[in-house]
Amino acid sequence: MHPVLRTVLQRLGLGVLTLFVVSVVIFASLEMLPGGFAEAILGQGATPETVAAFNREIGLDRPATVRYVEWIGNIFRGDFGYSYAGLGGSIKRSVTDLIAPRLYNTFFLAIMTAIVAVPLSLILGILAALYRNSWYDRIVNSVTLTTIATPEFFIAYLLMFFFAIRNKWFYSLSTVSDTTDFIEHIYRAALPAITLMLVIVAHMMRMTRAALINLLASPYMEMAQLKGVPRREAIIKHALPNAWAPIATVIAFNLAYLVVGVVVVEVVYVYPGIGQLMVDSVSSRDMPVVQACALIFAATYIFLNLLADIISIVTNPRLLHPK
Amino acid sequence: MTEFEMKMKAAQKAVGLGKLSRRDFMQFAMASGMTLSAASMLFASAARAEPKQGGVFKAAVGHGQTTDSLDPATWSNGFTFAWGKSVMGAPLVQINQKNEVVPHVAESFEPADGATKWVIKLRKGITFHNGKTLTADDVVATINYHIGPDSKSPAKGVLSGVKSVKADGPDTVVFELNGGNADFPYLLSDYHLAMYPSEGGKIQWDKGIGAGPYVLKSLEPGVKLVAERNPNYFGKTWFDGIEVLSIIDVAARTNAYLSGEVHFIDRADLKTIDMLKNAPDTELYNVSGFAHYTAPMHCDTAPFDKVEVRQALKWAINRQDLVDKVLYGYGSPGNDNPLSPAIKYAIQAEPVYSYDPEKAKSLLKKAGMENLKVDLSASDAAFPGGVDAAVLMADHAKAAGIEINVVREPNDGYWDNVWLKKPWSLCYWGGRPTADAFLSISLAADAAWNDTRWKNPRFNELLVAARAETDEAKRQAMYAECQQLVHDDGGQVVLMFNNYVGALSTKIGHDAYNSDFDHDGGFMYERWWMA
Repeated sequence: MHPVLRTVLQRLGLGVLTLFVVSVVIFASLEMLPGGFAEAILGQGATPETVAAFNREIGLDRPATVRYVEWIGNIFRGDFGYSYAGLGGSIKRSVTDLIAPRLYNTFFLAIMTAIVAVPLSLILGILAALYRNSWYDRIVNSVTLTTIATPEFFIAYLLMFFFAIRNKWFYSLSTVSDTTDFIEHIYRAALPAITLMLVIVAHMMRMTRAALINLLASPYMEMAQLKGVPRREAIIKHALPNAWAPIATVIAFNLAYLVVGVVVVEVVYVYPGIGQLMVDSVSSRDMPVVQACALIFAATYIFLNLLADIISIVTNPRLLHPK
Repeated sequence: MTEFEMKMKAAQKAVGLGKLSRRDFMQFAMASGMTLSAASMLFASAARAEPKQGGVFKAAVGHGQTTDSLDPATWSNGFTFAWGKSVMGAPLVQINQKNEVVPHVAESFEPADGATKWVIKLRKGITFHNGKTLTADDVVATINYHIGPDSKSPAKGVLSGVKSVKADGPDTVVFELNGGNADFPYLLSDYHLAMYPSEGGKIQWDKGIGAGPYVLKSLEPGVKLVAERNPNYFGKTWFDGIEVLSIIDVAARTNAYLSGEVHFIDRADLKTIDMLKNAPDTELYNVSGFAHYTAPMHCDTAPFDKVEVRQALKWAINRQDLVDKVLYGYGSPGNDNPLSPAIKYAIQAEPVYSYDPEKAKSLLKKAGMENLKVDLSASDAAFPGGVDAAVLMADHAKAAGIEINVVREPNDGYWDNVWLKKPWSLCYWGGRPTADAFLSISLAADAAWNDTRWKNPRFNELLVAARAETDEAKRQAMYAECQQLVHDDGGQVVLMFNNYVGALSTKIGHDAYNSDFDHDGGFMYERWWMA
């Protein structure tokens, strides 16, 4: 079997298993947390009587195992179920409807950030390797390390202060909805995208630089230098193809972060992404929504890591054509 | 009033109605000896003084969750609570700025049989947003939705005294109560009790169709609500539309205000309030309300079962210090009477608890409890700054030889696992419009929320008697005695009354504020206007 195909199948199989384990762990943790959906929604207004009525209405009075089996059975039929919120009314909110617009917003922001950040960090990293220990190298390093070391909410506040309040160039609120048109969506999401970019560029840039510098010491690079290949060409033609594997891994890691880890930026800019939805749902114990979010997050990680592995195989002839 | 004052008043009125230009007004004012800036300010305030129609009001509130639902029985936060009061819904009665109950969907309410029966006549010709006419059946269905056996509504507790509710013809509803209650109409102002259209005795809340001033256009729970003026609204409202954003992060909320995206934010950050106050075109929304922060002690648990211990702790806390440090001065110290002075029948009970460690010491000595050690369960979920307040209290009590061990509890699940369960914890109360409503839900012996487990026979006897008493003077005396008992004997330490503090753009005009809840009592959408 072709190694790429084998890897893909193997990973997908393991991925499904991982998703199953994730769902069990999340469900069990939610069950173990104190309080339930009814208590969380009613807050101070929760009396034993109202809580019991609420639980009866949404079916939470049944044992946990029954609920889990029912839930997972529905998942296999492609039904993510309904949010507990509003379950008592005639218009139920399906988890898919609840998550879809949020997921779109999250991917929108992630892709928008990645389109700028990935090429930028690659270029910065290659240049830093090329002009190692120069002034350029030092400045790029110190600036990106500063931005990664600064908490993202603080970067967000600074950007907001200078570009939304002092100079009203951007919106301080990134509230978008399904009626927002594409251009305005980009404009509204600009500040969060810049914030995230500042957070992830350093990691990817440093990794690119390190991978390349590591290779610069190898014998074949010395050979290239001896036969008179210009340094720039040597790096791009000879070193870079061998450096793709670690770079792809880091990029995958950062892209996954853009999807699953940006809740702080979402909160600060009031951007309706999926992170905020998941945090809300956890605090109100809205199990179906939490589970769906967790599965999406886990799937994102699995998929991006798979992609990174495929890239490392494809760019490495030894792995691509095994004897 | 002098002739000049009368003319000035007339001129201001004309400005408000838009009949006098700024230039003319300034000339008039300056000719009569006013300075330029004084005249200019007077013009601005006069121009805002008369309500007029138009504009879209944008507000950002520090509450809201993705699990918020249109189901009126689930409303409990600052994003949802106004929906039934002045957005989609209209309740039977409203509370006005003087904390009086006034008819709204109801046209009148009359007690009968010693206030055990209330006859409510409905205003004629009210229509819901879908065009259906509001009838007594809708009112009955709405009330039953909240008090029925399967109800999960917090209003169930509020209306626990209702025996039955029946329609008597299309425009009359009759409430029968278990016992007399002279304040019953106040209870109907509860924000869950917005009227909904019904079918076969069941209300239809799914689409947010009510009889209120705004028609729901779109709702993204935890993000945004957009609504448009209801052209057929039976009351008065001024904005063409409203947009309410849920912004939990206080810095983001402040930024939204400073960058001009919204006209109003609630729950301003008190740490930076002095800077926010000085922002251009900004007026501080600062209302001292009914809400208060408390530290309930379980009166049936040692050592709080001794009244001397309770009183010693009350004397050992420096409440003014808490107001200064936790509320940055935006509040007032409590005196272990949970009723705000704005509530009818509220008294200032004597002696006023101030910081007196010596007195606390002598009380403990009397009880033989010197070197008292107690645990205090604290969390910021109880109220913002809760942990800080507890640490300050521990420090105050040291001088009286009391060791308070502050137990930091997790925010998550605080109301389920700590409040009502730990012998001494922190709590937050939103307040209720009447003495009876508040005392009944939080201090009556059998109340589900009796968080002090205080069972004083005299108090409970007075409470029931006062509820049905229609003689004003007698009632006044009974409530005074109730409050005195709570103050002297109860386990509730009322630490402080917190003000509602927000920022409001001077582009918005308003009248006097309600003090029962934040957001002008929940009426800001209905009562404010674009100046």
